[in-house]
Amino acid sequence: MHKNPILDIQNINKIYKSAGKSLTVLHQINFSISKGSTVAITGPSGSGKTTLLGLCAGLDQPTSGEIILNSHPLSGRSEDELAAIRNQNIGFIFQNFQLMPTLTALENVMVPMELRGEKNIRNYALDLLDKVGLADRADHYPVQLSGGEQQRVSLARAFSNKPAILFADEPTGNLDGETSDKIEKLLFELNTQAGTTLVIVTHDMELAAKTGRIIRLKSGEILSDEVQSSAKASLLNS
Amino acid sequence: MPQENQLLKQSSVSFGWLVKMAWRDSRKNRSRLFLFISSIILGIAALVAVYSFRDNLTRDIDDQAKILAGADLTLESRKPADQKMIDTMGIEQSAERNFASMLYFVKSEASRLVQIRALEGNYPYYGNIETTPTQAAKDFKKGRKALVDKTLMLQFNAKVGDSIKVGALKFKIEGILDKAPNQTGISASVAPIVYIPLQYLPQTGLTKIGSRIQYKYYIKYSDKTNVDKLVKDLQPVFEKQNLDYETVSSKKENTGRSFRDVNRFLALAGFIALLLGCIGVGSAIHVYIGEKLSAIATLRCLGLKAKQAFFIYLIQIVFIGLIGAIAGSALGTLIQFALPAVLKDFIPVQITMQISWMAILQGVTLGIIISVLFALPSLLSVRRISPLNALRASFESHKETADPLKWLVYFFILLFVFVFTYLQMSGWLEALVFTGSVVFAFLLLFGVSKLLMWLVKKIIPNSLSYLWRQGFANLYRPNNQTLMLTVSIGLSTAFICTLFFVQGILINRVTLSSGENQPNMVLFDIQNSQKDAIANLARSYSLPVMNQVPIVTVRIEEINGKTAADLAKADSLSSAKPNNRETKRENQNEPSQRAFSGELRVTFQDSLTDAETLVKGKWIGEVKAPENIVYVSLEENYANRIKVDVGDKITFNVQGMMIPTIVGSLREVNWSRMQTNFRVVFPKGVLEDAPQFNVLMTKVPNSQISAKFQGAVVRSFPNVSVIDLDLILKVLDELLTKIGFVIRFMAAFSMATGWIVLISAVITSKSQRLRESVLLRTLGASRKQILTITALEYLFLGALAAGAGMILALGGSWALAVFSFESSFAPPILPIFILFISVVALVVFTGVFSSRKVLNQPPLEVLRRDS
Repeated sequence: MHKNPILDIQNINKIYKSAGKSLTVLHQINFSISKGSTVAITGPSGSGKTTLLGLCAGLDQPTSGEIILNSHPLSGRSEDELAAIRNQNIGFIFQNFQLMPTLTALENVMVPMELRGEKNIRNYALDLLDKVGLADRADHYPVQLSGGEQQRVSLARAFSNKPAILFADEPTGNLDGETSDKIEKLLFELNTQAGTTLVIVTHDMELAAKTGRIIRLKSGEILSDEVQSSAKASLLNS
Repeated sequence: MPQENQLLKQSSVSFGWLVKMAWRDSRKNRSRLFLFISSIILGIAALVAVYSFRDNLTRDIDDQAKILAGADLTLESRKPADQKMIDTMGIEQSAERNFASMLYFVKSEASRLVQIRALEGNYPYYGNIETTPTQAAKDFKKGRKALVDKTLMLQFNAKVGDSIKVGALKFKIEGILDKAPNQTGISASVAPIVYIPLQYLPQTGLTKIGSRIQYKYYIKYSDKTNVDKLVKDLQPVFEKQNLDYETVSSKKENTGRSFRDVNRFLALAGFIALLLGCIGVGSAIHVYIGEKLSAIATLRCLGLKAKQAFFIYLIQIVFIGLIGAIAGSALGTLIQFALPAVLKDFIPVQITMQISWMAILQGVTLGIIISVLFALPSLLSVRRISPLNALRASFESHKETADPLKWLVYFFILLFVFVFTYLQMSGWLEALVFTGSVVFAFLLLFGVSKLLMWLVKKIIPNSLSYLWRQGFANLYRPNNQTLMLTVSIGLSTAFICTLFFVQGILINRVTLSSGENQPNMVLFDIQNSQKDAIANLARSYSLPVMNQVPIVTVRIEEINGKTAADLAKADSLSSAKPNNRETKRENQNEPSQRAFSGELRVTFQDSLTDAETLVKGKWIGEVKAPENIVYVSLEENYANRIKVDVGDKITFNVQGMMIPTIVGSLREVNWSRMQTNFRVVFPKGVLEDAPQFNVLMTKVPNSQISAKFQGAVVRSFPNVSVIDLDLILKVLDELLTKIGFVIRFMAAFSMATGWIVLISAVITSKSQRLRESVLLRTLGASRKQILTITALEYLFLGALAAGAGMILALGGSWALAVFSFESSFAPPILPIFILFISVVALVVFTGVFSSRKVLNQPPLEVLRRDS
């Protein structure tokens, strides 16, 4: 049990019912993640990674069990309460970027802050775009940007509301090797600067190896939960 | 927990931000959104045009009521009024006798049934009799001269100065009658008018006893006279003399009332186009929201609330609805200038078109309400888009549950249709029938399209070539447009076909009535003394005398001892006590006051004819002694209308003589037979000595003999009028053509809307098509193959939709033919085929033409965009 966890998962089960049949996607999942750490959730396709990410981020409700995110129990909350929790605490990075096609790069970055009702955010959003190297593309629409550029806008957006925890779903899954490396580097840099907890769902073991902890899933259950040696060393040193 | 509350505080997104977000979100879709909403533009335009026209017409009728009436007071009767009384009324009087008679053109030796108006005095006091030359309207009264309707002049190639013969007297044509007061194009074609001076009427020999002459008196009062009050005081006198009266204000009311029906029809036709467009909007918004799924899910991930997401899209719809409604209203305001031209044959007043702001306001409000209402079912699903869709699109299927709010919206849509229809028709039953019919048509088309999609899926064999299989598969695969296009194209096809079929049924009905043994010529106004001579004349032309019946004009004076005045008094008493249910119930069983208005043409006979069937009571064919009770027989529907039954007592006024009778029986009458049929039939032995005229029916083999025989009749018996079936067919055809033009004009809105919905649907589904054809191109499909698949898909879709629409039209027309017109219905094969091919061709052309961009798109561009 971690001290002061930002995310605490307790006995999570997720069962889908379809055409009279039950499909157990997650079974008795337990773990907690401490503030500021970086964690990778890995596993083969269909192992329940994305479902787990969705539950952790309050995008869906577990069939049983409890999820506590930044001291907020998520179960039994309305969709609107969960939306407020997401807006205040969570940042997202998606495999397919999920930028709003009708919004410019700058507007995409501004949206989470606008949802919080913040004012005078334009310069801050421009700073974020500058950090990801896209200040000169602020007025471009997603369709006018390459895949790597789109994911960089997505990174700027994810950090714009200064989230306590950042969930990244296969952040480099749609990118080539070289671009992937650049995005990964940028992701960890921004994360370190902001001191955000980072949870990455990926089946890319190279990317997973860059995090401090790897939770391996198989058929909806935790196969292993290991703290990385480099991470162990840094933990011991600290 | 204050921190908790702080964290969970309602997101402080303002309405302004929602509007900004709606604006941003619409950026790449504005032209598409406008295309969606263009489906309602024509419907709104039609309604605004009709409403503006109605407002202008009402104002013009108000302004021109005096010209419409021509005099301050018009009195009308079947017999001459007390001339002394007339002479003392107002400051000036005119007299007119009008009746149907044969008109003989001396030069061309041709004859035709017309309406003769014998006029004396300076009528019209307001407005003019429009003639060419203008002076003829005044000059014709100065000698043996006539004004002849312009269509007649054309038909018989007559010229001013030619001679015509009315009865036994020749007249010189002084001028061409362009428009008589209160005359419409329609009334002119049904009964063309010929004016002659009244002073020559006796010499024509057409005014013998029994002639069906209408006596009219036009009175002019000084400007200061309150004519309505005066008439109220004189009412008992008028009733005593059986005088019907019309003042300027009652004329205004009557004209307005008759146009309310026209306006109702026009508004409902426009509303159908609007409903069709709304289905298009609803369906397009459904696809649009579907495409927004991932963007909405992402926003939800970022913390947007379900309600806020809903409002972003609601704002978009309200805004484009407003634009559509304004565009529709602007177009409608322009179209209203075309309506007087479309309706020119029906309008008796000079229309002055002005912009009606009230109509525009109604149109804009309606546009917004209806676009939001029909978009709501799709918009409501925005509330239910899970943020999980940002991670994985398939999550949604796990959470699909019924949304009670959607059902509420469907209920409101139905309620809206019902209330709107009720406001047009002002009758619950009519509104219910209309709403029911619309729902039935939609459900039927929905069912047909579902069934056909299912059938196509089940029966298309795998042995078909790939292109055909793919074309068919496009009809039922996910996100297809089959349902929506079947409903919109099907409904507009059904609308057009039904109009066409009904026109055919009406013409057929008249044509069929001239079957082998059916008469096709009617001679009427035959005096008793001429009866045998006319029959002999017919026989000399080898024409059979098929039916010869006497006709007596009567009025109902009393029913069960109560006169019209008694019933009016009782009615005014009961309306003064609106809550007295007893009185109301009593009045419901009272005979209708309508029974006393107008005259009845009755006959007497000893036995029932082939066209009559006894349904109640006992037929008694003869009264043997004067003191015996007279049992009359009433036509079943007429008896229902005037609320009398077997056993009720009716006193008839036969040209001043009161004849008490008892309703002895009710008959069902086959009105479709071309023969004299009567609402009231007397037994023999009662009316033989009453003033009467006779009707003779015969069958002429061809138009040459018909013309010769008519000429002979007019020359020997100038008072006798002849109607032949050709004339009826001609008048009916003219009438239907004119009405048909108005109907087609309104139906065009539905057709055009259906077409816009089709284009909108094709463009809506373009992005999906684009991906598929690019994939096919990448896999090696040629441009021609992709074009073939697209063409085949729209061919099937067009055939499906047009077929479904035609099934609906055939069913509807059959039901109308059998149940309403009591006629048989034989679908016209060739027109159906041509119509079917045209609709299908239009769908294929529109589908392929709108998809051509898909065919020309470089694959790489699309693949790059997709990635």
